[in-house]
Amino acid sequence: MSTITAAPKLALRHRLAERGVDRTLLLVVPGVLALIALFCYPFLYGLQLSFQPTKGGALGAYRTFFSDPFQRKSIWATFSLAIPASLINVGASVPISYRMRRDFRGKRLILALLVVPISLGTVLTAEGILEFYGPAGWFNRTLHLLGLADSPVRLTMNYTGVLLSLIISGFPFAYLLTHSYLSGIHPSLEKAAATLGADRWNRFRHITFPLLLPGLMTTFCLTFVMAFAVFPSALMVGDPDGSTHVISIEAYEAALERFDYAAGCADAMIMTALMLLVIGVVAGLRSRLYRGATGGKG
Amino acid sequence: MRPGAWLAWAALVFFAVNLAGVIGTVVLDSFSRRWFDSWVPDGYTSGWYSAAWKEFSLGRVLGTTVEVTLLVVGISLLVGVPAAYALARRDFPGKRAVTVLFVLPILVPPIAYGIPLATMLYKVHLAGTMAGVVAANLVPSIPFVIFTMTPFIEQIDARIEAAARVCGAGSGTVLVRILTPLLLPGMLAAGILVLVRTFGMFELTFLTSGPTSQTLVVTLFSAVNSAGIRSAQSVDAMAVVYTGSVAVLLLIALRFVNPTQLVARSTD
Repeated sequence: MSTITAAPKLALRHRLAERGVDRTLLLVVPGVLALIALFCYPFLYGLQLSFQPTKGGALGAYRTFFSDPFQRKSIWATFSLAIPASLINVGASVPISYRMRRDFRGKRLILALLVVPISLGTVLTAEGILEFYGPAGWFNRTLHLLGLADSPVRLTMNYTGVLLSLIISGFPFAYLLTHSYLSGIHPSLEKAAATLGADRWNRFRHITFPLLLPGLMTTFCLTFVMAFAVFPSALMVGDPDGSTHVISIEAYEAALERFDYAAGCADAMIMTALMLLVIGVVAGLRSRLYRGATGGKG
Repeated sequence: MRPGAWLAWAALVFFAVNLAGVIGTVVLDSFSRRWFDSWVPDGYTSGWYSAAWKEFSLGRVLGTTVEVTLLVVGISLLVGVPAAYALARRDFPGKRAVTVLFVLPILVPPIAYGIPLATMLYKVHLAGTMAGVVAANLVPSIPFVIFTMTPFIEQIDARIEAAARVCGAGSGTVLVRILTPLLLPGMLAAGILVLVRTFGMFELTFLTSGPTSQTLVVTLFSAVNSAGIRSAQSVDAMAVVYTGSVAVLLLIALRFVNPTQLVARSTD
């Protein structure tokens, strides 16, 4: 009797194990539980809360956001900072990492120089920008000395200040990612093109660039995520009540200054939706590109 | 590409000069007696550092920072490494869903999930406490550990474990004597990277911390942004202390890991 009942149990366990379900899977459980409790649940809670504003019905918080021009414009402010910043960061890292593929003296020094800003932190960057690009800072003094500007150029407490801080903090990330993608493309592909008579520009245009493009799009996505969430620098070097009133500031002010949790959560949801929309568009474009082997190191 | 080469070098030099200027002004200012409308300060002093240390009670803040960071590193390794192992070794129904669950916290901006999370933590009276700050910081750290560890685990040949089992090792012995020694470099790398990231994580800590659970970044931000007259120099001194400590952590990290791992978060 016992053998008969044991047999199907064993069989079930075997069948499950063949599909990859066995006790090893228990290892993933704590991680999944932690993220459900700390990420999914709060997120759904926030979503639910955003539909329960004190006034205006279920969609009241969203309606307020889209009908108030000051709040609505924060979307435009965010995109007009995040898109140029990520394009500049990705665009500048291509030629530089192209140069850095070769080995040369001082390469490690330049690498270190490019990685340094990661350690700077927002506040030091912001203070540095305020003091260096400020009206009495070295940058304006140099311009004056060279006779390029009569009166100090206003570069801080406005759009330019935030853009500068996004470039200083975002460029190292973009560069490191682009560098790792580029080193995954085997040099022999370009050499083959060279033996077939392609010049430098054609080799880049028709061989390296198409292979690099999917990686560049991922880099763009990740840099965009960072720039999209710009928060401390928009407050410190920007014009938080005007041109750099980005959506994260709007969400923060709603939730933790006005204590209107419904509005804060609604802003957070709008922010997430926009973010996922951009990532979805880039991922859609990326899936249409060549995704085969790049002959790289892997 | 000749003009391209010149362009690249010019961009690099311009970036370097500006970077040096930004860092230089802050460091110089933190040592300056007075600096208004001139190329260099009027005089030099190191008094701002001790002033900042007292004014912002940096000793206590640094203690909190270290405590939070170490707790986050420990817990995320404890939770993340087993999950990474299971994800790397098994192909199971619903694996895609689990992977998406782990990717999302990396893609969604911290502010966007931090606000609902902070609201929830206020509700359960955890906001402002050390536990709340640690819990919030675990959200990006656990996925980060998982994605950093996966390549390390995939490098280990599964036949090594099978061989150990054939030789009579139980699961515990395989874990302690086979997997742990082989995974130690990966765990070290993941741990150091989480350490650097948690140390610098501003948004989540800012949203969830209270007066007694602030980390150094948040204190620094509040010093700049809160009302009251503070000399720029003492804020700068604190910023230099912060950057100095991150730079030391980063230098240690770079001895153990490839710099591209600092950012290669979820490359498929």
